[in-house]
Amino acid sequence: MSTPIRFDQIRLAPEIQALRAEVRAFLHGEIAAGTFDPRVSDRESGYNPGFSRRMGERGWIGMTWPKRYGGRERSFLERYVVTEECRVTNAPVGMHFTADRQSGPILLKYANERIKSDILPRITRGECCFCIGMSEPGSGSDLFAARTKATPAKGGFLVNGTKVWTTGANHADYMIGLFRTSASTKENRRHGLTQFLVDLKTPGIQVNPIADMSGTRHFNEVVFEDAFMPEDHVMGKVDLAWQQATSELAYERSGPERFLETASVLFELVRVLGNAPDLRGAEGLGRLVAQLHTLRRMAVSVNGMLQAGKEPVVEGSLVKDVGTLWEQALPARARDLAAFVDASSPARKTFDEVVTRATGIAPKLTIQGGTTEVLRGIIARGLGLR
Amino acid sequence: MGHAESVGATQARELLVETTTRMFRDLADPQAVVNARDEAWKTALWRALEEAGLTRAWVPEALDGAGASIADGLEILRVSGAFAVAVPLAETLLAGWLLSQAGMRVPAGTLSVAPVGEGEKLLLDPKGNITGRAYAVPFARDAAHFAFIAHKVRGRVVALVPRENCRIEQRANIAGEPRDDVLCVGAKPVAVADAPENANEEALRTMGAAVRAAQMSGALQAILERSVAYANERVAFERPISKFQVIQHNLARLAGESAAALAASGSAADTIDHAESFDESVFLEVAAAKIRVGEAAGEGAAIAHQVHGAIGFSGEHALHRFTQRLWAWRDDFGTESAWAVRLGKLVAANGADALWPMLAAR
Repeated sequence: MSTPIRFDQIRLAPEIQALRAEVRAFLHGEIAAGTFDPRVSDRESGYNPGFSRRMGERGWIGMTWPKRYGGRERSFLERYVVTEECRVTNAPVGMHFTADRQSGPILLKYANERIKSDILPRITRGECCFCIGMSEPGSGSDLFAARTKATPAKGGFLVNGTKVWTTGANHADYMIGLFRTSASTKENRRHGLTQFLVDLKTPGIQVNPIADMSGTRHFNEVVFEDAFMPEDHVMGKVDLAWQQATSELAYERSGPERFLETASVLFELVRVLGNAPDLRGAEGLGRLVAQLHTLRRMAVSVNGMLQAGKEPVVEGSLVKDVGTLWEQALPARARDLAAFVDASSPARKTFDEVVTRATGIAPKLTIQGGTTEVLRGIIARGLGLR
Repeated sequence: MGHAESVGATQARELLVETTTRMFRDLADPQAVVNARDEAWKTALWRALEEAGLTRAWVPEALDGAGASIADGLEILRVSGAFAVAVPLAETLLAGWLLSQAGMRVPAGTLSVAPVGEGEKLLLDPKGNITGRAYAVPFARDAAHFAFIAHKVRGRVVALVPRENCRIEQRANIAGEPRDDVLCVGAKPVAVADAPENANEEALRTMGAAVRAAQMSGALQAILERSVAYANERVAFERPISKFQVIQHNLARLAGESAAALAASGSAADTIDHAESFDESVFLEVAAAKIRVGEAAGEGAAIAHQVHGAIGFSGEHALHRFTQRLWAWRDDFGTESAWAVRLGKLVAANGADALWPMLAAR
């Protein structure tokens, strides 16, 4: 095996837990004010500009970024607890979260000064929404099959093609898109793709929402017809996108959003089982709590190691693999455990609603942001099997 | 900036792991143990462990021990699990811990502890002798002394009792390790002391569960490493089986189980290390570790065997040294089910709104 898997022991420092308390109080206030319902995890109602602006005012968006771009230069563990509290309450972070997690860091690394000073502060204020344009009708897990083309034109590129399943494109101001700038080579089929910053107001771009099976409209098809991308919107090196973003992916994969998406089911399960559950209910609940606790400890450790400058790439992928499978299985397991709770029990109605909703979204949890199969390929490479 | 360990403590622990690893590699290599005709290796290994002070890891320096932290001792035991070591090192450490809690001297040689099962109770009679039955005591027949927790009319004592003063009814776990019943009928201790608050059956079971979680996480690391190496070596259908996607995915699952076990047991170790007492946070961590690591043991052993095929099922191959112990260790100091029921009841009693704050407390 290349390098053994390890998890450093990280204890969240008192000042980080104090931040958690602050975030929790803020979120309780928002819930009390009716901004959102913590039992509802819903991408559609998850887009809330007012909420994102208030998060921004508190300095909780782009909080690890340099101050000159509106960031707060806080640690990744501080960002971790903010994300955790938001996710566990199903706070409507849809407007800013993609930019906060992925797009902002890409701009920080590859954009020129003008673009950084223009866009990053707007992200941190919660005024700017990003989406990610990767999948295409003929290219999902196999990113390197992307065919949407960026051909050189005077002062930049012209983009033609179609992206699909683009979450949030209907609300987004910008996209980080992956386009083909050259053919792949025999030696390297990953060659020839380039990352671009795409202003979605550019003429020649059309966004068409697609309803998913739960009826929610957060998916989109994004069609490009001779859409012009200025030269300085290339993020990183032309044709070499595959070399970028390896260590950033560890952040993306080890966030609490990778195991908390259906967490409201667990809380409602506790409510519906009551304060003295039968043996079966108690054992099932105990196992679920042990599993969630373990996932949290794995994620905290990975984020702590990243903060310390290490590269826990395999560990990060493992958090997402084990975590997404867990959150996916949770609704069905809770349903089993609550099977004998009486229909007249006061908590039953809410429990059923929450389970129904979570069951409806469960299939996507092991597909979005890289399928289980793709992740396991990455883990296998880390183990020295490929 | 989470509280990471100080650089010095981390380095000291890494050195300890290195030294321990070398000792087990030289004296208890699992394949050499399988090939050995007798158990002479055990004597040599035990002597080396004693000379290095590892058998007295949890005995304070004031009582002639090594004075290692709880977390350091659990690291030693994780490494012992990674070699599927079959001598009562864990039990001797636990006995050393228990005796030192009561300020008692810890004898040299092999030790074990009792009672280890929920609801079992030993009694100290008015003459100062021990009466009662303890079930499935690990390595009982190999222990020179037992550290017992026993009840008197008011309060508890810790008693050091020579094995020959008790009756041993031999039983074994699936790995063939002793899990004997120990019958005491007025068994005479060589030393007795009042047990402080932290030295009760519950605390012993908590320590024992943390110990088995550490050992199992070490064994899971070992079977992952061995399964990956085997998949890269073994050729079938004209290529190494590691090139088949289905094998890669099974090994990725094994890696996930091993990772979960390592994280859960490590977190429990760190929590005990920094706790003032066996409080609710220790309970959560140890319960979660014993449950999750026990689950990983079952899943992980199955995958490792499937990857190894028939050779892994043979008596001459070392894989079973690990998998049999993984199966067996799940049963010691409370099964996954037993801990899960207790954890589930606690969570239910505290109520839905207390669950997340409890989980997010560190």
